[in-house]
Amino acid sequence: MTNIQLNRAKDKMFATWGVVSTFFGIILLAVFIIFILYDGLPRLSWQFLVSLPSRKPENAGVYTAMMGTIWILGLTLLFALPLGIAAAVYLEEYIPKGKFATILEINISNLAGVPSIIYGLLGLQLFARTMKFGGNLLAGSFTLSLLILPIIIVATREAIRAVPSSIKDASFALGATKWQTIWLQVLPSAFGGIMTGLILALSRAVGEAAPLIVVGALAYVPFAPKSPMDEYSVLPIQIFNWISRPQHGFVVNAAAAIIILLVITFTMNAIAVFLRNKHQKKTN
Amino acid sequence: MKSKKLLVISMLLISMLNLLSCGENQTKDNSATADKLSGSIKIDGSSTVYPITEAVAEEFRAVQSEVQITIGVSGTGGGFKKFGRGETDISNASRLIKDSEKELCKENNINYIGLEIAYDGMAVIMSPENDWVDHLTVEELKKIWQPEAQDKIKKWNQIRPNWPDKEIHLFGPGTASGTYDYFTEAIVGKSGSSRGDYTASEDDNVLVQGIKNDKYSLGFFGLAYYEENKDILKLVPIDNGKGAVLPSEATVIDGTYAPLSRPIYIYVNQTAVSRPEVVAFVNFYLNEVKTLAKEVGYIPMQDAEYDESKKIFSTFVETHKTTK
Repeated sequence: MTNIQLNRAKDKMFATWGVVSTFFGIILLAVFIIFILYDGLPRLSWQFLVSLPSRKPENAGVYTAMMGTIWILGLTLLFALPLGIAAAVYLEEYIPKGKFATILEINISNLAGVPSIIYGLLGLQLFARTMKFGGNLLAGSFTLSLLILPIIIVATREAIRAVPSSIKDASFALGATKWQTIWLQVLPSAFGGIMTGLILALSRAVGEAAPLIVVGALAYVPFAPKSPMDEYSVLPIQIFNWISRPQHGFVVNAAAAIIILLVITFTMNAIAVFLRNKHQKKTN
Repeated sequence: MKSKKLLVISMLLISMLNLLSCGENQTKDNSATADKLSGSIKIDGSSTVYPITEAVAEEFRAVQSEVQITIGVSGTGGGFKKFGRGETDISNASRLIKDSEKELCKENNINYIGLEIAYDGMAVIMSPENDWVDHLTVEELKKIWQPEAQDKIKKWNQIRPNWPDKEIHLFGPGTASGTYDYFTEAIVGKSGSSRGDYTASEDDNVLVQGIKNDKYSLGFFGLAYYEENKDILKLVPIDNGKGAVLPSEATVIDGTYAPLSRPIYIYVNQTAVSRPEVVAFVNFYLNEVKTLAKEVGYIPMQDAEYDESKKIFSTFVETHKTTK
């Protein structure tokens, strides 16, 4: 009797603990967002989006930092996507099983956990100095590509593994080569999963400041980049720079810039969810 | 449903395109001055000097919109590393160039000139509720902050017996900041040497909040942060043996607020001054910094000192031209 009651009590306790845990994160996030909106929303305007950096908080805007962020995202996507997918296809479909494959897999998973500043230092030495790019967009986006490659590889492998083997078997049975099977059957079926992984990886890249400061992103750039060889700033650096200024107006600007960064991240996440749902409907 | 989403996405794309074109229009608007210069000037270095150089660059843009100036914030040390490799034209510095950095410049055949541009005052701050401290001497500050004080000097009455028998809570910038280096050098006598058991933050606004909310607090940071938070903080007058002095524009300029004020600098690469846009920018800098430094919270030097800097710079430019 008491035993049953005890177990029921435990059950209830665990359920409560679960609810508390779930809401802990959500409430914290909600409080954070409410504060940011409260501080930053009145500051948001078209003028703020198209203005250059300034010493006067009321004149300053995020135009160049936002353009830098968009450039960095685009270039990172361009570099990381083909590399990531090719690596994942190789690991999933071609690599001979054995010690080599295991070591490679463990290392890729480990790379996903390396702190981003380390990638920054690597990028500084490799891209900015050895390859003589300097502190331009190319060096920055190569560095971020390295940073998110492990995430893309892991996500793509998951997506490829989820493709039913019956599809592959049917393709082979019809006489298709391995390449034809991968290109025409496996990758299209895995498309939703790959996109989800890619966009989540880019969402991580968009918030990075540390590695970009190391490879040479700047704080004051009064022009939008016109080519990958141009210098740039990005939103997280602009936010960091504003937060550490003494004038209160810059803190408000930082809040407004955070809203823009959040909108970019949320939009990308929404696209990821959208693509996944669309893909699921198709396969069902 | 699907078409709605497409619509939203395409609207987003269109607004982004709009943004692109808007920015371009803006840069075109400002181009209406004679004697056009173009080219680019690369600046990096101290985050303390950054707000001043940013202000100057912003104003320079109004007269010479085609000169593209970029400014980074790698810190004084990081800035000199790039400067010594010839990667930047001008370096912002909150201290003089070190011997190791001079060596680096020598190795890469880089000649340069350092110009004082303003003063940065450091403020010692306490909570507005603190009613027992009327001033602190440099000796007392040393007693509180030196490495030997760790775990020993923990209460206010250890500094002066008539002060409260309460724990003293210390706040200061992190060890990576130039402000920390300067404070320890001026007070303890050795740069980078202090007790470790204080609340450190790289963000001075965090220090402001910490000191404000704690009656038994004591801390230090740049004077500009005090100026912006006058109503919630209390300034400690500092006595260096000649009477207690509050930091202000007057006391920093006449040198009575010592040792907690320092000059800040820009360093200019010699090869860069063969480019007219760099010479124009530095001259503009020396002409305008007096008003602009004050506007962003720093203390300008006196006219005579700026005239002196201008002379030094023009001689530097001239000698370079003749040697070339």
